[in-house]
Amino acid sequence: MDHFARLGLPAALDTDAAALDKAYFARQRQWHPDRFVGKPAEERARASVEAAALNDAYRTLKDPLARAVYLAELKGVKLPGDGKTIDDPELLMEVMDAREELHEATSIAEVDALAAFAREDLQKALADLPRLFLANDKPAIRKALLRMRYLDKFADEAKARRSNLGSNPGRS
Amino acid sequence: MTLLEIHEPGETPLPHAGEGTLAVGIDLGTTNSVVAIAREGKPAALHDETGKALVPSVVAYPSAGGVIVGDEARVLMANEPKNVVASVKRLMGRGAADVHAVAGVLPYEIEPGTGETDMVKLRIAGKARSPVEISAEILKALKARAEAALEKQVERAVITVPAYFDDAARTATRDAARVAGLEVLRLVNEPTAAALAYGLDKGKEGLYAVYDLGGGTFDFSLLRLEKGVFQVLATGGDTALGGDDFDRAIAERMFEERQKDGLGDKVDEGAVKNALALARHMKEQLSDRDQTSGRLELAGVPSFHALTRPEFDAMVASYAKRTIDIARRVLDDADMKVDEVHGVVLVGGSTRVPLVRSAVADMIGTAPLTDIDPDEVVALGAALQAEALTGGSDTLLLDVTPLSLGLETMGGIVEKIVPRNTPIPVQLAQDFTTYQDGQSAMAIHVVQGEREMVDDCRSLARFELLGIPPMTAGAARIRVTFAVDADGLLTVSAEEKTTGVAQRVEVKPSYGLSHEDMADMLYDSLDHAEEDMTRRLLTEARVEARRNLLALDSALAKDAGLLSPEERAELDAARARIEKAVAGEDRDEINAAAEALETLSKPFAERRMDRGIREALSGMAVTDLEGRVGEG
Repeated sequence: MDHFARLGLPAALDTDAAALDKAYFARQRQWHPDRFVGKPAEERARASVEAAALNDAYRTLKDPLARAVYLAELKGVKLPGDGKTIDDPELLMEVMDAREELHEATSIAEVDALAAFAREDLQKALADLPRLFLANDKPAIRKALLRMRYLDKFADEAKARRSNLGSNPGRS
Repeated sequence: MTLLEIHEPGETPLPHAGEGTLAVGIDLGTTNSVVAIAREGKPAALHDETGKALVPSVVAYPSAGGVIVGDEARVLMANEPKNVVASVKRLMGRGAADVHAVAGVLPYEIEPGTGETDMVKLRIAGKARSPVEISAEILKALKARAEAALEKQVERAVITVPAYFDDAARTATRDAARVAGLEVLRLVNEPTAAALAYGLDKGKEGLYAVYDLGGGTFDFSLLRLEKGVFQVLATGGDTALGGDDFDRAIAERMFEERQKDGLGDKVDEGAVKNALALARHMKEQLSDRDQTSGRLELAGVPSFHALTRPEFDAMVASYAKRTIDIARRVLDDADMKVDEVHGVVLVGGSTRVPLVRSAVADMIGTAPLTDIDPDEVVALGAALQAEALTGGSDTLLLDVTPLSLGLETMGGIVEKIVPRNTPIPVQLAQDFTTYQDGQSAMAIHVVQGEREMVDDCRSLARFELLGIPPMTAGAARIRVTFAVDADGLLTVSAEEKTTGVAQRVEVKPSYGLSHEDMADMLYDSLDHAEEDMTRRLLTEARVEARRNLLALDSALAKDAGLLSPEERAELDAARARIEKAVAGEDRDEINAAAEALETLSKPFAERRMDRGIREALSGMAVTDLEGRVGEG
């Protein structure tokens, strides 16, 4: 059973966060191991497996990028393992340039600007995904997702770099 | 006691009420422990004859014989320090290296001969005892108190643990309960239990933070509370940070003052215990006074020590800052901003320290909630959960795993399988492959922590998947599955998917392998993220280069005859260059050397491929093919 079916949701890019929570809570109420304390071992084992599968589904569908990657894989788009080789020369160049910029950034403001840029780029790419999915353009979907995955990672690296420059995340 | 319980129609009465056994909630704390019971959603701590709910987590084995737990044990501390042990929770699942010293002397006597990889054992009253059996004594005392108060047998309990407790410490806690004759219905994280008490008893809803600073541990959790659902979004902490550190700072200052005054002390275990007891008293005084003083007498030599609030604040400021840094990181992990937090719940006796309280208020921007006694709130939440688990309830508690779980891969890099803050129970798998031709075994090393390199994480277990049939490197598909149950305990299994060779291990933690404690690990992880990345890239380059060398060696072993002596010499030189580069730290040089080898070995590879084709077509006349192969 795929993650969407497990939670009784349509397999779509734009899963509604509140609907996801509601579906997840309702099913966990039924299957969470806390409901099976004192029950026979097989029932407990079954509940544990169900609850774990629900958690996996929830975790994947909650994050827009992970959800898009999952949906693409359901549609038969094959992506390399997370964090593995980049096989797109254009993207490779972009990644190398960006990393260099990040490495050379000496102020928090510069790092923040780079991170904000990456996040904005990621949002734009996410917004463009429905078009690609509608056209069922698998090579384009693959290319876009690889790039988004990199942007996401880059934002994390920027966070690390920021903390290395010796500051606490400011109050907001 | 209610003699007649009336239930609404359709509501389930406690199914076990008739069996004469009850389920309680237990907060097994570093400094104090509390046992509580909930009936019909109303929790209450169980008191002793004098009305006290707190049981000091102090165990004495007096020279007269027997075991004493609680206040009386604490009293014995001054006279028979060698027979009394406090703060044993700090040692649950820990190795000898994890024990911290005061003034160079431990407030514990470590049993000599405790192995590097064993849980530490203490020598008390002339006998070696493990933290598990000492904790079991505290649990027995709590069980006895509950049975006396309820006039019924108590055999089942929900026991709370710091959210940030690792697998070793959780297992040790479960073991202690077993020794005490208690069935653990569930291990619940302390901040989650506190949220349960506030959510169920006070009807709070929205996004709440729980700041839990106890005697020896710090936890910070972020939860969403709504309509009976308690969803932990993120958690973080430090299992070696708490009020004990404040006591230690004060005690160390006293020793320094005595030294300045020329009192030649013999600082032994007893002296340290006495100084710590006085320090704790002075700390408590400063919670509602601006200054205090105390008299310390060691070996008949007295000294007087004064301490003002500002001086004390300065001593604990760095600890308070550490907790705030962790709290910010947890918010960051949950992608939440401080102003989205509706309120912060204070838990643990150490939140009575005014500086701690103001640091929390400053960060969150609202006055912390303290409607429920911070010493009792965790036990009350545990009692509510115990009732829910045995009596049925509509409450749903969704917790997360506090630390990332992963595996060691080539070169000591950690591959994270279960990231921290993943909802539990969870089961996640990842496929790995073999590195060498004909590799028949794979070592599986399970680690917990946030850093990129194995040496910086806590080692949980090692096992070996044996009997992998001979295959070329990279052909085997080994699926490693991590399952974390609702108690936060891990099971790891591995299976070779093409042939079904399976192995399953319950993780038996290898205690104390890590010299750094886990707390520092997460604390360091972000600070070191960039350095880790560089090291990771370097390691990856090395692994890749070594893989190339192995491939070359295997090709040479088969087809060395295809090379002229000059070509062979060139390849050997390129090989030597890689070996030298791999031994060094320069990633660019490693990559350059690997590239040089690749260019150089290309003709060789082509010739091997040609020969392969020729062999495949060996039935045909070689002359017919030569022309075509030459063109290719």
